[in-house]
Parts: sequence; structure tokens; C-alpha cells
Amino acid sequence: MTVKTLAYNIPFISIFLMMIAAIITPVLPKRHRIPEKLSCICLFIVAVLSGYLIYALDTANGDIAFNFPVGHYPAPWGNELRAGLLEAVLAFCYSIAMLLSLTGNFQSTAEDIPERRRSFYCVLMNLLAASLLALTYANDIFTSYVFIEINTIAACSIVAVKNSASTIRAALRYLIMSLVGSGLVLISICLLYDLTGHLLMQPMHTKIIELVKNGKYIFPLTVSLALITAGLAIKSALYPFSFWLPDAHGSSTNASSAVLSGLVLKGHIFLIIKLFLRVFGLDVIEALRMDKVIFILGVTAMIMGSVHALKQLNIKRMIAWSSVAQVGYIFLGLGLNSVEGISAACLHIIVHACVKPMLFTSAGGLSAAADHLKSLHDLLGTFYINKWAGLGFVAGACSMMGIPGFAGFASKISLTMASFDSPLIIWSLAALALSSVLNALYYVPAMIAILTGTDEKIHGVHEKIIIPLSFKISIGMFIALNFYLGLRFVPLLRLIMRGVNIFG
Amino acid sequence: MIAKLLINHYEAVAVILSGIGLANLLLQRNLIKVYLFLAAKGWVSERAAPILLKDGSEWVMDVDKYVNPIPAGLVLTGIVVSVSVTAFALALTLRFYEKYGSLNIDSALSQMTKEQEILEAEAALKVDIGDNIS
Repeated sequence: MTVKTLAYNIPFISIFLMMIAAIITPVLPKRHRIPEKLSCICLFIVAVLSGYLIYALDTANGDIAFNFPVGHYPAPWGNELRAGLLEAVLAFCYSIAMLLSLTGNFQSTAEDIPERRRSFYCVLMNLLAASLLALTYANDIFTSYVFIEINTIAACSIVAVKNSASTIRAALRYLIMSLVGSGLVLISICLLYDLTGHLLMQPMHTKIIELVKNGKYIFPLTVSLALITAGLAIKSALYPFSFWLPDAHGSSTNASSAVLSGLVLKGHIFLIIKLFLRVFGLDVIEALRMDKVIFILGVTAMIMGSVHALKQLNIKRMIAWSSVAQVGYIFLGLGLNSVEGISAACLHIIVHACVKPMLFTSAGGLSAAADHLKSLHDLLGTFYINKWAGLGFVAGACSMMGIPGFAGFASKISLTMASFDSPLIIWSLAALALSSVLNALYYVPAMIAILTGTDEKIHGVHEKIIIPLSFKISIGMFIALNFYLGLRFVPLLRLIMRGVNIFG
Repeated sequence: MIAKLLINHYEAVAVILSGIGLANLLLQRNLIKVYLFLAAKGWVSERAAPILLKDGSEWVMDVDKYVNPIPAGLVLTGIVVSVSVTAFALALTLRFYEKYGSLNIDSALSQMTKEQEILEAEAALKVDIGDNIS
């Protein structure tokens, strides 16, 4: 079964388009914010193409996934992309979330970054988008490694681009931790190549199954799995490795925070999912006991991320620590080691990719209404000054707490349902419950803070700030997405499950 | 044990080098010395390519008479990546020095904690004043 020619080429076109955009951006005129508009247009095109790919794969006869050989080498050699329903859904979600993050923070980007450097900022954003798409579609471990590195450099640069003392320091810490991660991934890739003789994922899988069946090289296999998981976990800020995150996400410009928290972490997590499902396979993961390790780390992250968030007074740092907790949810789903668990984890990737950028964008709007101060004490009553940002923050916070009807509820209920088939059910349910309570413990006071105003703020006797149209549209779209995911998640979950089933 | 190490001397050397590099990266407080790690990383990636060619058929299944060209590409890419990352990291370090006047990341971190404490104290003070007024 084949798909139509256009659909077949979409994975490559998406990546290539973003890379071309990155290359031509520096020579574009800098006035009228043309570079940023180009990025937005390209992201929109990628979103439309990915939407078409979902449609083509959804309506094809039977569930299919196809391989796209990049250099036209035959199968055991060469570099490949692979696209199925899951990849297409994620690519669609990434491009939409990034587009909305960029448009929503149009103004704050202009305030934080001088015009002559803004076109380079767009280069970085385009590269980041390209690397995320490539990490989603890559079917060999070499391509994955290359794009992990591109992702690292671009991600550290969009932190440093604000050029204040704290962001430079945060970017350096981020870079060092990321390099440790890349180092571990690279060592593990070498080991895996040593053991299997392949870099393409499916042949690696065949060989690994054979090795495990014969009981050969089990120890090196475990070590390489542990190394690559640890390397990617550092990059995706799984709890004990996440101390670089609040600095990097809390101090950078709003658009960077939104993209880093919502999307960049997910690129690496999706690579772990790919390794588990496609390279090792769930049975091998269980035999090597990596699922238990991931589960424990996920639960720890869910709780400790929230505990750290409770201590924060700075609203952006609070949201950043909350990301650590949310990454824990994804790893919990992954640790359940079943198709349902992984589908729920993927749903949470999508939910978080839509909600976290909204929270960062709204927090940016709220803090702009309070003279760019970010402490919760300074944000009292800001809801009434910038109502769009206030609404966005409330919707995001409700979603993070898992109130029914909001997006966060969808993934929490799916994770709960997935836990029922697992022997770890008690631990998983207890962690989900405790973490939801903890989420409420810091999001509710934050909501109270922005909603508690003096009379003059409530009755509008304050300086009017002009809310740009792009901000309104972006927040409006985010809230709509939030409700859509919260109310109509079952078809999406079914789509993801079909994708996960043919993912291997 | 020793015999195993001798047989796998490529691996052993690579592991030692990367260990030194990793330790450097994590333990060095002076930022410039951190980038020694990257040199070590290059060695590790080089390991993947030649070993299979020499060890022959034992590990490789589908090698006919040809050698997989991709790992060589991986090595080259690894080297290019480490060069560019080093350049980027040095640029960042330069900025860091401009902002803090030092290359020691620890003293900068303690400076950050102090700044934060001051900010928090100020915030607490504001709440107190607010309470008194109301």
C-alpha cells in the first residue's frame, strides 16, 4: 500500500523548508519584521502539509507508515525518514504551537531583542523547528544524533539571545548539561553500532532481538540503553537532571521560554519513545528493566517538580518548574510500558506542547502589565489590566490542574486509564493524585494573585496598555485548542494509538 | 580482566579518554578548561568506524564485501559538531566574562543566589508594607 506522491514527500519537504528558511533569513531585509513573518509563513505551510499528511494516512486503506530514503541508498545503509500517523500528528502539533508562540510574543520579542539581531533569532527558530521535525521523522540514529546537536546549539542560543547577565549564565549551564547529554548519547550510539552493526532503526531492532534471544552481550546492551536514556533524559530535563531548566526557561525572552518548555524538551522525549518502541521493542525494555527505572524517575519528577515550583515567587520560574513535573507525567506513561501508556504519554506531549506556551505567553503579558516585574507580589490584579493574558493564564492553570473540560484533563484521564492494565497501578494512581493536588497548590495561589486587585485596577482607573492583535489571536487560538483537546480528545487518542501500533 | 582489556584496547582507550573528558566537563570550575571534553568526544566517535572493519564478520550481518559508509560520516559529523559547539561555547564564555569579569562559574552562581535573596527580601518587604497600609 502506498500513499499519494505529495504525502510521501511531506516529511522531507517540511524539514527542508525550515532549513531553507533558516539559510535565506540573514539576507532578507530586516525592516517591517520580514524575517519573523517568513518564519511564521513557513511554519504555517508545515502545519498545513502535516495536516494533509494526517488526512492521507488516516484515509488510506489500513494503517500504514512509509519510509523515505533520503540519499536513495538501499535499506541496510543510508539515512531514512519514516512517517506514520503518530509522527504526522506530532509534526502538526509542533508547528502550530511554535507558530502561536512566535505570533503571541511578537511584541515582547521586539522589546527584548534589538532589530539587527532579530533576524538571527529567526534563523535559530527556523533551525529549531527543522531539528524538531527531523527528530520526529528520523528513522536512523545518525540523523537523530545530528539533529540533536543542531537542536542543542539552537536551543542554547535562543536562551542567550536576550544578552543579559542571567541569560548568558543560564545558557552556559544549559550548554554544559546538554553537552554531557550529547556525549552520553554519542557513546551509546557507538556501543549500539558495535553490537548491532547498523544505524538504521529497524535492522538494529532485528539484531537486538536476536542478541537478547541468544543471551549474548546483554550487559553492553543494558549499558548502552542506560547511557542513551540518561543522555536524552538530561536533555529533556527529567527530574534529577533538571536543575538547568528553571534558569534557562525562566530568564529567557518569552517566545524562547514558550518554545523551549513546550517543544524542545518533547523532541528528545519523542526520541526516547522511538528508541523504546522501534529500536529495542517493549519486550526487551522490560527484560532489561528500563521501564521500572523510567517509571520511578517519572514519579519522582512529578512530585519534586511541583515541590520546587511551590517555592518559587517568580512566575516564570514557577511555570518552568511545573514543566519538570509535566515531563514526569510523560515518563510515567512511558514507564507503564504498554501501547496504552505510551499513547497517553504522546497525548500528554501534545497537551503540554499546547498549554505550556500559552502559560508562558500569558505570563509574559501579565508581567508586561506590571512593568515587567515577574514576582507574584507584583502581579496582583494584572488580570484586569491585560484580560487576554489573564484568561490565557487561568485556562492554562486549570488545564495543568486537570480540571475536566481543559486539555490537561484529557492526558491525566488517559494516563489513569492506561494504569489500570499495569501492575504498577497503585503507585501510578497515587502519584497522579498527589501531583494533581500539588499542581493546584501553586497554580491556585497564582490565579488568586492575578485576580486580586485593588479597586482602581478592577474599575479600570489605571494606565491602559495596548494589547496587540497578534497577542489576542494567539491567546484565543491557544484557549480554543485547549478546550478542543479537553473535550474531543478521544478521536485524537484513537489516532495516536493507531500510530503507536504501527510505530515499531 | 586484563586480557579482555588488551583485546578490546580500542574500547579501553576510548572509555578512558571519554571518562577524562566527562570528568573535566563536570568538575572543572574554570570554563575554558571545560572544552577539553570535546576533544575526547571526537575520539569516542572515531571508535565506531574502524573497529567493525577490523573485527570482520562476527558482529556485522549484512556486510557483503562493502563497508557501511555511514559511520565514517558520523565521525566527520561528530568532529564538525564538536568544533562548532566549541566555537559557540567560547563565544558564550566571552560574553560571560564581559558580564561577570570572571571565568569562574561558581562565583557567578553564588552571585546569582545573592541577587535572588535580595529580590525575595524586597518582595517580602513589599508585602509587609502592603499589609500595613490596608
